[in-house]
Order: sequence, then C-alpha cells, then structure tokens
Amino acid sequence: MEKILVCIKRVIDYNVKIRVKPDESGVVTEGVKMSINPFDEIALEEALRIKENGDAVEVVIVSIGPDDSQQQLRTGLAMGADRAILIKHDGEIEPLTVAKALSEIVEDENPGLIMMGKQAIDDDSSQTGQILAQLCDIPQATFASKVSIQEEKATVVREIDQGLETLEIDLPAIITTDLRLNEPRYVKLPDIMKAKKKVLDVIESGELKTDFSSSIEVINVTPPPPRESGVMVNDVEELVVALKEKGLLS
Amino acid sequence: MTKILVIAEHFDGEILSATSKTVNCASQISESIDILVLGDDSAVASQATTIDAVSNVLSISNEAFGYPVSSIMAPVVAEISSEYDYILLPSSTFGKDLAPRISAILDVNQVTDIMSVEEPRIFKRPIYAGNAIQTIKIAEGKKVLGTVRTASFKELGNSNSANLIETEMPSVNIPSHTRFIKIESEKTERPDLQVASIVISGGRGVGSAENFELLYQLADKLGASVGASRAAVDAGFVPNDMQVGQTGKIIAPDLYFAIGISGAIQHIAGIKDAGTIVAVNKDADAPIFEIADIGIVADLFEFIPQLTSKLD
Ligand SMILES: Cc1cc2nc3c(=O)[nH]c(=O)nc-3n(C[C@H](O)[C@H](O)[C@H](O)COP(=O)(O)OP(=O)(O)OC[C@H]3O[C@@H](n4cnc5c(N)ncnc54)[C@H](O)[C@@H]3O)c2cc1C
Repeated sequence: MEKILVCIKRVIDYNVKIRVKPDESGVVTEGVKMSINPFDEIALEEALRIKENGDAVEVVIVSIGPDDSQQQLRTGLAMGADRAILIKHDGEIEPLTVAKALSEIVEDENPGLIMMGKQAIDDDSSQTGQILAQLCDIPQATFASKVSIQEEKATVVREIDQGLETLEIDLPAIITTDLRLNEPRYVKLPDIMKAKKKVLDVIESGELKTDFSSSIEVINVTPPPPRESGVMVNDVEELVVALKEKGLLS
Repeated sequence: MTKILVIAEHFDGEILSATSKTVNCASQISESIDILVLGDDSAVASQATTIDAVSNVLSISNEAFGYPVSSIMAPVVAEISSEYDYILLPSSTFGKDLAPRISAILDVNQVTDIMSVEEPRIFKRPIYAGNAIQTIKIAEGKKVLGTVRTASFKELGNSNSANLIETEMPSVNIPSHTRFIKIESEKTERPDLQVASIVISGGRGVGSAENFELLYQLADKLGASVGASRAAVDAGFVPNDMQVGQTGKIIAPDLYFAIGISGAIQHIAGIKDAGTIVAVNKDADAPIFEIADIGIVADLFEFIPQLTSKLD
C-alpha cells in the first residue's frame, strides 16, 4: 500500500497521578507531563514496522488538539513517521467530532490503512476508530494484538472478552491497537534532530467542514469516592478470622 | 413513554450476564425496555425473555449473525432503533466495538461506560482509568446512545416471560469486507470472571505459568475465578482474557485477592467496585496496600498453601 495514516492524541502521561481541579471543571493539566497516548504509540510503532517490512511507502501522523500537540507529533516524527498534520483545536472534543474531522483528512490523504489506539487513556471512550470506520464505510479490527498484511487485506488477531479472535478484513481498513501488539521503540537523539526538518502542517479546525459543537455537556468532574482505609493482618489465621467476620468465608 | 432498546450480547448460544446488567441500567431510566437479539437462530432470544423488566424481545435470525461482526450488525441496529429514544449496549469488547458504528450512522454522540443514572439524561462515567468521575448531560431531544459499565449494575432476576417477537431482517446493505476466521478461548470449569463472587488474581510475583497452579487450587476450594495483572499476561503465565484492569476486565466480586500484584492504577481501575480487597505482597510498601481492605505482608509461596490447607 502507498500510505498508512496513524492518529495520535496528546494525553497526560500514564505515570502521572491524576488530580481533579477544586472547581470540578476537569483535571489538573498545568505543569503535568504530557505524552502520546500509549495505545497510539503502539499504533505508530506497528505502522513503522509495516513500512520497514516493505508493505507501505509512507507513514503520516495526524493529531487533533491544542497547539502543544506539535510536541507529540514531533516525537512521532522522531520515531520514524514521514510527515505530520495537526488540526488545531482548543477544548474538549467528542469522539464523533474527532472522527468527522479525521474523515476529512482521510478523504485528502486516501490511506490504505488507518491505525490508532483502541482508546485514549484520558477519556477512555474507545469510539473514534470505529466511528471513523463507519463514516468511511470501511472495515475495522479493534483491540488488535497481532497484525499481518497481505496485498489487499489484513489478518488481525483481536483481544476480546472471550479470548483471541481472528478477523480478515479488506483494505483500506481501520485497525485499533491493544497493548500487547508490540513494544514501541525509544527515540534516539539524532532522530529528534532529523524530525525537526520533517513537514508538520497545521490546519485550524475552523478550516474544516466538521462542526465542532457537541450534544454532550460535561457538568462536573469529581474524584472517585475514596475506599475506607483497610487493616493489616499478621498471618493466615488472622486473615481467615477477618474474612469470617465479614461473612465472606463460612 | 421513553422507549429503550438494549442490544443483547451472547456467545456460544448463551445470553451473557452483561445483557441483564444493561437492562438493569435501562430500568433506572424507563419502564419500556425491549431487547434486540441478533443471532443465527432464535434459541438465544428465548433465553432473553426471562430477564426481569423486559417488555419485548425482538429476535432477528439471519446467517449473517452467526458470529458478531460490528460492521454487519450496526446498520441493522440503526434501522431498528428508529422507534426508540435510547439504545444501550454493555461496555464489553462486544459493545465497545459495535456502539460507535451506530453513533456514526445515527449521527449521535455516544456515552461510554455509564456507571450511574443520575437523571434520565444525566449520567456518571469514569475517566482516567477511574481516577476521576465525569457527570455528563445529553441535550434534550437527542437520541441517547450509551454503553453500560456492567460492574456498576447487578444482574436482574429471571422470572419474566417477555414477548418474543420474530422480526424481519431490515433491508440494509450487509458488507462482505470483514470475515470471521476463528476464536480461541480457553475453556475452564471455573466461574466467569465477570460473575464470580470471589476472584483470585495473580501478578508478576507469581513467577510462572506452573506457579499459577497454586492459585487454581485455592480458587477451586473457594469456588472462585482466577484473574491476572497485565504483567502476568504479558509474561505468558495466563491467557489475555484473564486480565483485570483498565484495559482488561472491570469486575465487582464480593471478595478479591491480589496476590503478587503491586497495585498499578491501571490494575486498580478494574477492581474499584470489589467488595473486599485482600492484598498479599512481600513488599510492605507496595501501593496495593493503600487500597486494600485487608493486607498481609507475606511470601505468596508460603501464604497460598497455608490458606489452601486452612480451607480443608
Ligand atoms: C495504558 C496502560 C494500560 C494498562 N492496563 C493494565 C490493566 O488493564 N491491568 C493491569 O494489571 N495492568 C495494566 N497496565 C500495566 C500496569 O501499569 C502495571 O505494569 C501492571 O499492573 C503490573 O503488574 P504486576 O503488579 O503483576 O507486576 P509488578 O508491578 O512487577 O508487581 C509485582 C509484585 O509482586 C510482588 N512479589 C514478587 N514476588 C512475590 C512473592 N514471592 N510473594 C509476594 N509478593 C511478591 C512484588 O513485591 C510486586 O509488588 C497498563 C499499563 C498501561 C501503560
């Protein structure tokens, strides 16, 4: 295939302990480490491997988000993507809107394969890939843990609740990636330098046809209810007594 | 009255408990609940008629539904849903795969992982792996499409006899671009992770597939199910469908044992609704102790045999 399009989201790094803002308007992002959504990083790694295997010519990455998302796109370019596109938009965006905006990019770029993470670790929605697949009227294979490309089709092993499912899909298609698909490479300093020279196009969200309004209103964001603090026991004997007291063992 | 359509999840000829839990969520919104069952015969649909609170079970039998493929089901669901105000699916891999395609066809925003119904159009849902809870409102006049976090809702009773309505396959375009090849699932006699009242999970600390035998023996004494951390799955100790956590299964047993698991937030995300969490770890500083109800600093290779023999 000619081209793989990989969609990337800027999110709070997965190692950061999330704190809710006192005014309940969202979570604290100021001064917090941001990264590529780990699932998207895996999608990019897989796309690069497909290209390195000779099954694709170009890997293009695209992100929708604030101007700072350029940092994550630069990281993606340093990993080995050939070119990047940023659709600049501030504020929350619903997956349906994201997918519509992406579908405009898909129309322009005409990729043979589209990849992205199975979910973003901020809103945990797990929607964008599937919506985009339906908007483009193409197949999807979500939660992929193994991908092999053959000419006009792909065979994908999916991690589903019942075990491992294998699907065969015609290309173009969308594949969303699970954690076990691969381990993303580390970027090296020379790659970071090289990435600075690669093309990163910025499009204002207003230039697209997509309407960025949403029918979902976020009323507030609160911390989860705390669990009651627990007790330590010294041995199995004490544990069994404690469980019996709670009626959990007979 | 507000009409709700629940999309049934079934596997291997059985309606899954996730369907009943989704109906439970629906019952907190309206009394008019129908279930849609897409399958290759109507035997599964008749099981759904026993779920309490359901009015009608719509059954569409077609060989296209021999195995659930979202791109085939989505246009059918979208067509049937035209008479409904709400469409709800379980937030399992089945529902997560299918619901967004319906969102695209109907052009309605989807809510993922509904954990509570505050008002008919106001829901709570976890974000950041459950480290924050979002309350959202869906604009009046819009169809509501959502997936239900099944760990937040109990299974309903099975004393109903809802109407079974054999429904015509709507004339929609059935794509042929996606072909099911096979499914590999490990068969086990132990209760399902999502249903079991006791779950015993092992982590990297268990060390090998052979050592997991210790957990299986303990589980069999307790009638428990066995789960695992991602590290244990990645290391090949157990298959992927045993993973508990943000990207594995979200479960709500009465009693959960975390054995040789450090307590990463992504793992905790899967057990927030557990009744009592027991943590067994040889490291007294392991973060799992911060959320455990009962903690014990011990070597799991001594702890498990001791507990197992205590239960004789
Ligand atoms: C995006 C993302 C999603 C993720 N999703 C999930 C998920 O769904 N589920 C999940 O589990 N993880 C998930 N993870 C991984 C998670 O971050 C942790 O890496 C993982 O949970 C660690 O597993 P563990 O606790 O078994 O291993 P470790 O962190 O290595 O902990 C092993 C523990 O075993 C203890 N131990 C060792 N030997 C013994 C012994 N003999 N006796 C007693 N205790 C012993 C050690 O003290 C240690 O605390 C995800 C990560 C990312 C980035």
